[in-house]
Amino acid sequence: MARTVWDSSVGKKTVMAVSGLIMLLYLVVHMIGNLKIFFGPGEFNHYAHWLRTVGEPFMHYEWTLWLIRIVLVAAVVAHAISAYQLSRRDIRARPAKYVHRKARASYATRTMRWGGIILALFIVWHILDLTTGTVHAGGFQEGHPYQNIVDTFSTWYGNVIYVVAMLALGLHIRHGFWSAAQTLGVGSRTRDRALKTVADILALLLTAGFLAVPVGVMTGVVN
Amino acid sequence: MKLTLRVWRQRAADADGAMSTYEVDGISADMSFLEMLDTLNEELILTGEDPVAFDHDCREGICGACSLVINGDAHGPERTTTCQLHMRSFADGDTIDVEPWRAAAFPVVKDLVVDRSAFDRIIQAGGYVTAPTGAAPEAHATPVPKPDADLAFEHAECIGCGACVAACPNGAAMLFTSAKVNHLNVLPQGAPERETRVLDMVAQMDEEGFGGCTLAGECATACPKGIPLVSITGMNKEWLRATRKVSGR
Repeated sequence: MARTVWDSSVGKKTVMAVSGLIMLLYLVVHMIGNLKIFFGPGEFNHYAHWLRTVGEPFMHYEWTLWLIRIVLVAAVVAHAISAYQLSRRDIRARPAKYVHRKARASYATRTMRWGGIILALFIVWHILDLTTGTVHAGGFQEGHPYQNIVDTFSTWYGNVIYVVAMLALGLHIRHGFWSAAQTLGVGSRTRDRALKTVADILALLLTAGFLAVPVGVMTGVVN
Repeated sequence: MKLTLRVWRQRAADADGAMSTYEVDGISADMSFLEMLDTLNEELILTGEDPVAFDHDCREGICGACSLVINGDAHGPERTTTCQLHMRSFADGDTIDVEPWRAAAFPVVKDLVVDRSAFDRIIQAGGYVTAPTGAAPEAHATPVPKPDADLAFEHAECIGCGACVAACPNGAAMLFTSAKVNHLNVLPQGAPERETRVLDMVAQMDEEGFGGCTLAGECATACPKGIPLVSITGMNKEWLRATRKVSGR
């Protein structure tokens, strides 16, 4: 079965849909967690520490977190490889372009590939900035995410990278969520409007929710 | 009407092609687009030039032979086949670009003619029923629920012209294949091959070098028979169901 799925263009789309939905679910939780920053450093840093102790005493310190990280890495890798292979197939299928070209499809649809690349680069930067601290500006402090976030959004480039990535995320989810529903065969004529509305709401809420943090730092609400 | 045509000319499959410009005069608004091209070809023959090759057959909008991407739209600005497109859709003095269907799986044979036999091979992979159905059956013999009959009819309207492939930014044949799969899979006559049909047709579609679906929706917009985009969703559902069932055996 795994072979049938991976060898088929429809199967690879299924891999994209499922891995995309896993990432989407994670993003909703991540975004809600981020908003705790507005309740001050005490609550936010405590929440970050709690993420490492989830499941104790059954799970050892950070086990749950690593389990989530492994699932997420698998989802990102599966999503990216499928996207790369499907895109190659798509580009090969239309070798000669039309002379008379028209602007086609919605902006969200047309920017899926570039948006995906932007998001992949963002994820790398985001982890190096706020998880490992490798490229962090102004002294990374392990266990003090509140201070680290304030540092990042006190730089102009930190804000620019983040805002661009979150706008790309919103567009990506807008087309991606609805598309995943079609790929998984749950879309229908009667459900189409509802699915499009949910996609728009998810895109809007996630973008706004994530952007609230840098806006909070910029306006001094978070400092 | 007086028009300027920019037409894709390519002498043979392996030759390089280019857009050539022609002026045509005395075009009536009541002419079909193909009649307008006939007029151009008559002039070309008189001047000793090679006439523009294009596919056409019934000229009634039911055979699926005509093609042409007109000003960037498959079958032109109206939602119909090129043979049913009339010159009243254009204005006097217009410049019209005429190009062949563009897809790796539809190689150009000459000028505006492309080889669409990839579609035939997709049909051969599963677009048929093995149950002997004979002539039109007695209506009570095999009852088909009304919604199923409607769905089958809607998808049976596909004439296999390939406008979906031409319009798709990925050169995908998903709408065509899904129309055939949905048409037969919903009917009792198509039930024996329900799983193999969708798996084999999708595999053949991939084999032919068509692209994948990114749900841009261009196919459904271009389709002269109004096959809806949700048809692709239906095929995805059938494909997933068949994959589960076949691997469960």
